[in-house]
Order: sequence, then structure tokens, then C-alpha cells
Amino acid sequence: MFGNLELTTLQQFWWLLCSVVGSLFLFLTFVQGGQSLLWQVAKTDGEKALIINSLGRKWELTFTTLVLFGGALFAAFPKFYATSFGGAYWVWILILFTFVLQAVSYEFRSKPGNLLGAKTFELFLFINGSVGILLIGAAVGTFFTGSNFVLSEYNLVTWTNPLRGLEAAFSLFNLSMGLFLVFNARCLGAMYLVNNIDFSINPELEARLRKSTMISFICSLPFLLYVLISLLLMQGFGVDEQGVVSMVSRKYLTNLLAGPWILGLLLAGLVLVIIGVINTARTTRTGGIWFGGLGTVLVGLAIFFTAGYNNTSFYPSKVDLQSSLTIFNASSSHYTLTAMSYVALTIPFVLAYIFYVWRAMDMRKINADDAGRNGAY
Amino acid sequence: MIENVDLTMVNWARAQFALTAMYHWIFVPLTLGLAWLCAFYETIYVKTGNEQWKNLTKFWMKLFGINFAIGVATGIILEFEFGTNWSNYSWMVGDIFGAPLAIEGIVAFFLEATFFAVMFFGWDRVSKRFHLFSTWMVAVGANLSALWILVANAWMQYPVGQAFNPDSARFEMQNIMEVILSPIAISKFTHATSSSMLFASLFVISVTSWFLLKGRHIKMAKRSIIVAAVFGILSSAMTFFTGDEHAYESAQLQPMKLAAFEGLYDGKRGAELVAIGILNSNKQPGDSQDPFSLAVKVPGLLSILANRSPGTFVPGINDLVYGNAEENIMGVTEKMERGRLAVENLARYKAAKKDGAQDHATAALAVFNDNKEYLGYGYLDKPEDAVPPVGLTFYSFHIMVILGTLFPLVFMAYLFFIYKDTLARQRWLLVPGTIMFFLGFIASQAGWIVAEVGRQPWAIQDLLPVTIARSNLTTGTVQATFFMFLALFTLLLLVEIKIMLKQISIGPEEN
Ligand code: HDD
Ligand code: HEM
Ligand code: HEM
Repeated sequence: MFGNLELTTLQQFWWLLCSVVGSLFLFLTFVQGGQSLLWQVAKTDGEKALIINSLGRKWELTFTTLVLFGGALFAAFPKFYATSFGGAYWVWILILFTFVLQAVSYEFRSKPGNLLGAKTFELFLFINGSVGILLIGAAVGTFFTGSNFVLSEYNLVTWTNPLRGLEAAFSLFNLSMGLFLVFNARCLGAMYLVNNIDFSINPELEARLRKSTMISFICSLPFLLYVLISLLLMQGFGVDEQGVVSMVSRKYLTNLLAGPWILGLLLAGLVLVIIGVINTARTTRTGGIWFGGLGTVLVGLAIFFTAGYNNTSFYPSKVDLQSSLTIFNASSSHYTLTAMSYVALTIPFVLAYIFYVWRAMDMRKINADDAGRNGAY
Repeated sequence: MIENVDLTMVNWARAQFALTAMYHWIFVPLTLGLAWLCAFYETIYVKTGNEQWKNLTKFWMKLFGINFAIGVATGIILEFEFGTNWSNYSWMVGDIFGAPLAIEGIVAFFLEATFFAVMFFGWDRVSKRFHLFSTWMVAVGANLSALWILVANAWMQYPVGQAFNPDSARFEMQNIMEVILSPIAISKFTHATSSSMLFASLFVISVTSWFLLKGRHIKMAKRSIIVAAVFGILSSAMTFFTGDEHAYESAQLQPMKLAAFEGLYDGKRGAELVAIGILNSNKQPGDSQDPFSLAVKVPGLLSILANRSPGTFVPGINDLVYGNAEENIMGVTEKMERGRLAVENLARYKAAKKDGAQDHATAALAVFNDNKEYLGYGYLDKPEDAVPPVGLTFYSFHIMVILGTLFPLVFMAYLFFIYKDTLARQRWLLVPGTIMFFLGFIASQAGWIVAEVGRQPWAIQDLLPVTIARSNLTTGTVQATFFMFLALFTLLLLVEIKIMLKQISIGPEEN
């Protein structure tokens, strides 16, 4: 079945799959968003426990999606994995560090004898929710602004900036991308919590969460607009038939116009997020997260598609254009992409049982009893 | 291919990988094994409907959860470390090596992560049966993840199903089934999972021995022990057989590793097995000193273990380094010459292709192809570089095997006294019993040292030395992250130990 496909088709298919995983990750960062809101919206220990226990039933999913994103890129685009992780070393190490902190915090926070105290673990969660997401955003931003690396004849990477990736965070565009993701995650986090918690004894918590949905959204707007407008105006990294990379003016605008459906995804995504926000902030409904989540996935897809499709370099080098990575020169062999495509057929089953378990577990909302009992986070 | 290899940097990167992997492996075996035990305990609860079994299950699950979290935390570093510290490796073998890592994410980690939430928070949210199913799924998921990462690791030991593509200068996959079903992958998976079951049984023995010594939770402790000891005996047997199979495969496919962990310098027919020994620390390959200052040997046994046939030849380090014409063994010197030819002609091929000199390119490619199976040897400086650290591998292997022989006896003793109903009085057994998990942990770590240190100097056996596998980083950068991880993981380990001890002293709910 897959074996008969052209190599370029497989490459595009795998960019699609990686984009889907990446976009699902952006949706699932509602966990990180919730973490960064914790101190702001929870005024009592009981409220904190409710939030932590609600997020604590989902954090693994986000985490595992990030791991899968890494694994999928490794298998499908190993040159990207090697170049970016080995080159932009410090950015990735710091991102990983914040995720290590996160992974232990839920389990350890409220356990007796945890040495560091609950506050420290809450701080860890906050760092993951803020710094972690900001840096991920900055790293995604470099898909458009380019990085500082040179590949040798044998494709081995040399990074030309001593900050090794952290320099990405000093570009206004990348920083805006990061801050947009942070505020978007908070917005999603608030919507998720509104959906997941039983507020019968904490109506004020609900009110605060609904309000912070709107506030987070408004905070995200300037950064989103800056990213979008720059994207439409900036030069991009185009690739010609021979694989030669050059700067093309208005490249990303061209990409969007050439693929109107990508533009459609972007607009539909934005509209859905707005519906989710209004739903949560202005009505008593609790389903906003589904609109916000789907919207985020669509926006994510639009971003990844713009970066990778239509003869564009998705991981460009600023210092040596010809070192830039495209989905064509960075991918695995035809054989590996084919084999992995068969493996990918299991993804719908995975999604199905995740969906089933999520529903079964969330049938009844989290209440103070869940959060207070022995064994809770 | 690469000039100016900075050895200090490479060694720090190796130390960092060893550090993070060994930290990860503190928690992993317990996750792998305890998941099964939780599933057994819960099954008994569901079958009998007895609430005491439920409390017992919940107690072990709580310890499982604490351990699981930190296992996950240490794992994510490894997933990305191939890219950050071994980026040349990632590019050169990513076509093959990336696949199992991605498959692991898709088929195993999500299974674990999804059903983990049910196992912990689903007691009153889903039906009893679905809860039990979820617990089993966590065990299956955890052990499936072991399968895939071990397939990846086994491929580094025995790189099958691939071919070098001179145009892209990397290794590409030819046959994924060969990679998955490689004999080393199978014995790694069976040995690593069965030894982890063994380890978890020891953990249960240790915790419950402490309860018995303190006179607490007696009934629960005995119940836990019955299941754990039976499981422990079965998994000991499996560990033993799979370990023996693993040694046989090492002998066939990685003879240098076998020679190192047996301390065998001069190969011979009817080679003896060293049961216990102290190495002569001055011994160097090629000299005439006795490798051992003290050794108890079993005549002829090594030939049987290594070749499954008595009286056969087992090559030693000297035969492998300097060659042995009589036994038809090519020495490293010759392999290095052929490796150099491969390296040079690869460069020639690339240059000729760039200049459009087709004839030159074809000629160079032909020489390359004749010598490519020795590619990695082209980067060695001297033949002795192909010898892994003998002392570390030798002692690790022997410690593992000695402990592996001891553990089933411990389980049998526990079972015997439970049967006699006098276990609580056997202080001589219970006191050492409390540290059994620690011995299990030593055996398990020792196993990885044998496997990984014994593979040196190769990242990919015969094809890619670790010096070439590295990223282009400064020593300072790698040192900085080494100490960051050391500090962070040590802190987290201390926290975990403290929490564990606290939870153990709180004990299970009694009703
Ligand atoms: C034989 C088993 C085994 C071995 C050799 C390894 N692991 Fe592991 N890993 C597991 C068995 C396991 C596990 C039992 O499945 C863990 C441990 C604790 C846990 O929660 O899952 C896990 C967790 C775990 C996670 C977190 C997964 C999640 O999101 O839930 C990652 C990313 C890795 N591992 C990656 C690695 C890498 C890259 C390794 C190689 C260098 C590695 N592991 C060695
Ligand atoms: C979790 C159990 C593991 C432990 C305890 C372990 C242990 C070690 C040790 C001690 C070293 C250093 C060897 C040396 O430099 O002398 C090492 C290196 C390494 N191991 Fe492992 N290892 C484990 C699992 C794995 C797995 C599953 C893989 C591959 C998937 C792997 C790949 C590597 C690599 C790439 C290096 C660095 C290069 C090298 O020095 O060979 N390890 N490991
Ligand atoms: C009882 C006799 C045992 C024998 C004969 C044995 C044999 C072996 C051998 C030959 C290796 C492989 C090294 C390689 O070639 O890569 C190995 C690895 C290993 N052993 Fe054992 N072993 C025994 C007991 C144990 C015990 C008791 C444990 C732990 C509780 C253990 C845990 C491991 C682990 C974790 C590895 C590394 C993973 C792997 O390579 O499979 N072994 N063992």
C-alpha cells in the first residue's frame, strides 16, 4: 500500500503526521496553562487541590505527546532531530529540564515527607507552564526566522552562536510566538478546568476561571497579531527544484495564498478559539475547551503546514542558506517512511482508547472529595 | 570524516549518558515488575471480592505511582539525549534507530499513560472489571515500552537489517523485521523484563520483611509474600535461562565482549569458566602475565556455554586483537587497515562524484564496498583500542551472576517458612531480607554495565565508534549539563526515597 507511494508523497505525509502530533501537543498544553494559573486563581488549599487533581489526570497525556513528537521527528526527519537537538542544545536542555520538574511534581506535591514542601512543587509546575512553553514557542518560531548552523559535507552540525539556541528567545518574532503560546495555554487551561471541576462548593473559583479565560485570551492577542502580521510580510526560505535555498519575499503569504485551505484552517481555528472563549467567559456553558482545543489544533496545523509545505525550508539556517533543512533533504529513507506509515495505522486505535478512557473518567466532575482523599495529588 | 576528536568531551558525554541511563534504570525495573504484581494482587481481589486484597493492592500501587513518576521524569531526557549529545549518531543511524523510539511512543507510552490514570483515579469511576483491565494494560504497556527501547539498544550491539548509503553517508534500514527479531533483541527483552520481575519481587520481600520484623500488617505481609515469592522463583528461572542465552549470543556475535566479561586473554579449546576471580590489574593485552591473581575455574565449561559444544575454541582478547591464523580469526590490525580503506575511498567517492568523475567514483565505491563491514575500525588509533574496559565488565558480570544464583534460594526460603507458618520468627532471614531489593538493584545495574561498557569502543558494533557518534559541543557545555542532571536527579532521588519510606511506614489501610 504505502510502498508504492513516491518518496515525496511519503515525506509530505510524514510532515502531516508530525504536524498533527505537534498541534495536538499545543492543545494539550492546557495542562501547562492550568499550572501557570494555579497561584492566580486558587485562593485556598482546597481550590489548589481541586485544580492540581483535575490537571493531574491529564498531564501524562501532554507529556507523552511531547515524547512522541520527538520520536516521530527522529524516525521521519532524523536530520532535523540531529541538527536541532544537537545544535540548539541549551534551548532543548532547558525545555526538558522543566518537563523533568513537572513529571515528579504532581505525584510528590502533597505526599508526606516530600522534603521540599508543596510550594516548591507548585513552583516547578509554574516554571514548566511558563518558561517551558515560552521556550517551545521560541523554538517553533525559528521554523520561520531561521537558526545559526552550518552542516558539513557529511551533514554534521556546527552551531555558530555560543548561546546554542537560546539566542532564539531574543528575537521579537520568536518571543511573541512563545508568549502567544503561553497565554493560549492559560486560556485553554482555564477552559479545561471550567469543564472538568464540580464547583458546587467553590462558585468563586469558577467565576475566577471564567474571567481568566477572557484575560488570557486578550493578553495573547497582541502577540498573535504580531506573529501573524510579521508572517505575512516577512521574507521566507524558499527551495527551488534543484534544492537550492534562497530568501523569497513574502514567502509565507505566498504559501497561504497557494494553499487556501491552509488559510482556511488558520481562520477557522481562530474563530473556534474565540467561540470557546466567549462561551466560557460570557455564558454558563462548560464546553468552551472543545472549541478552544479544536481551534488550537487547526491554528497549529496551519503554522506547521506553512513552515513545511510548498517548497519551503522548515528548519532554515540563517548563516548558511544551503544548510537549511526541508522535508525532502531531512527525511528518512523510502523504506523507513513506508514501514513507519504502517505503524502509523495504529494511531486511530490509540486515539480511540484515549477518547474512551477520557470519557469514562470524566463522566463525573472532580469534586472536593476526589481532591481530598488519600492518594490524591 | 571528523578531524580533531575531543576525547575529553566524548568521555563527558559518555559519562552523562551513563549517568542519566543509570538513574532511569533505578526506577524502570521496579515499574516493569511491580506492574505485574499489582495486576496479580488486584486479580485476586476481583476474584475473591475480599477488601483486604484491595487495600493490599492499593498499597503497592501507591509505591508504584511514586516510582513511576520519577521513571517518566528521567526517561524524557534519554529520549532527546541521542539528539543533544550524540547528534552525529542520530543522523548516521536515525533512519533505523529512530523507528523503534517512535513506535515505542505510539504503541507503548500512550497505553501506559492512559490506563495509569484509570488505575490510580478510577476506583470509583469505572467498573471493577474495567479497572482490573486497566491495571493489566499498564503492565503490558510498560513492558512493551521495554521491548522497543531494547530493540533499539540491541541493534547497536548487532546492527542487522541495514546498509550504508555512500551518497548520504549514513546507514539506512533494509528490513525492519530483522531489526525487531534480531536474536540479541529477543534475549535482551526477555532477560531485562524477567530480571525486572525478579527485582520487583525482591522489593516486595524487602518491604514486607520490615513489616514482619516490626510486627505490623502481618496478614497483608504474608499474603504479599506468597505471590511475590512464587513470582520471584519463576522469574529467577527465566532470568537464568535468558541470561545464559544472552551469553551464548554475545559469544557468537560480540566475542570481544564475552572475552572481556570472562577475563579471557588467550583463547583455547575446552576453555574454563571463571566462577570467582580477582584480576591482575597490571595485565595488558599481548603481555605474558597471568590475567588473574586469584581464580576458581570450572574446566571446559566456558566452551559449552559459549558454543554449546564441549572442547570448542573460545577466542580470547589476544586472539581477537592480534589475530589467530590457526583458528581463522582476523586481528584488529588487519581490520583497521581495511577500515581505513573504507574511510578513504568513501571520501574519494564523494569528491569524484562532486567533480563528475564517474570512473573514479565507481572505482572508489568498489573498494569501499569491499571493506565497509570494517568501517568503524578505520577510526581506531591502535589495535588495543578495540578492547573494552576488562575489569569493570568482568566484575559486573560476575556480581550479577552470583546474585542471580542467590535470589531463587531466598525466595524458596521465604516460601518454605510461610508454608511452615514460622516466617515471622526467622530473624536471620528477615533482617538480610530487608536489603534484598538493594542487591537486586546492584545486579540489574551490573547487567547494563556488562552490556554497555562491554560494547566499547563502539556506539554501533564494528561500524561506528563513540568518538564519531558525538555532537559538536564543547567540553564545558557537556560538563555543565552533566552536573545539572547529577544535581537534579540526586535531589529527586532523595525526595523519592523519603516519600517511599514514609508511605511504607504509613503502611496499607486496615479494615
Ligand atoms: C527495559 C526497559 C527500559 C529501558 C532500557 C529504557 N526505558 Fe525508558 N521507560 C521504561 C522502560 C525502559 C518504562 C518502564 O516504560 C518507563 C519507566 C517508568 C515509566 O513510567 O515508564 C519508561 C519511561 C520513559 C519515558 C517517559 C515516557 C512517558 O511519557 O510516559 C521516556 C521518554 C523513556 N522512558 C525513554 C527511554 C530511552 C530513550 C531509553 C534508552 C536510552 C530508555 N527509556 C531506556
Ligand atoms: C537503562 C539502562 C541502561 C544503562 C544502565 C546503560 C548504561 C550505560 C553506560 C554505563 C554507558 C557508558 C559506557 C561507557 O562509556 O563506558 C552507556 C553508554 C551508552 N548507552 Fe547505555 N545504558 C542503558 C540503556 C541504553 C539503551 C536502552 C540504549 C539505546 C537505546 C543505550 C545507548 C547508549 C549510548 C548511545 C551510549 C553512549 C555511547 C557509549 O558510550 O556507548 N543505553 N550506557
Ligand atoms: C543468573 C544468571 C545470569 C546470567 C547468566 C546473566 C547473563 C547476562 C548477560 C550475558 C548479559 C548481557 C550482556 C551483553 O552481552 O550485552 C546480561 C545483561 C543484563 N542482566 Fe543478567 N544475567 C544473570 C542474572 C541477572 C540478574 C539476577 C539480574 C537482575 C536482577 C540481571 C539483569 C541484567 C540486566 C538489566 C542486563 C542488561 C540488559 C540486557 O543486556 O539484557 N541479570 N545478563
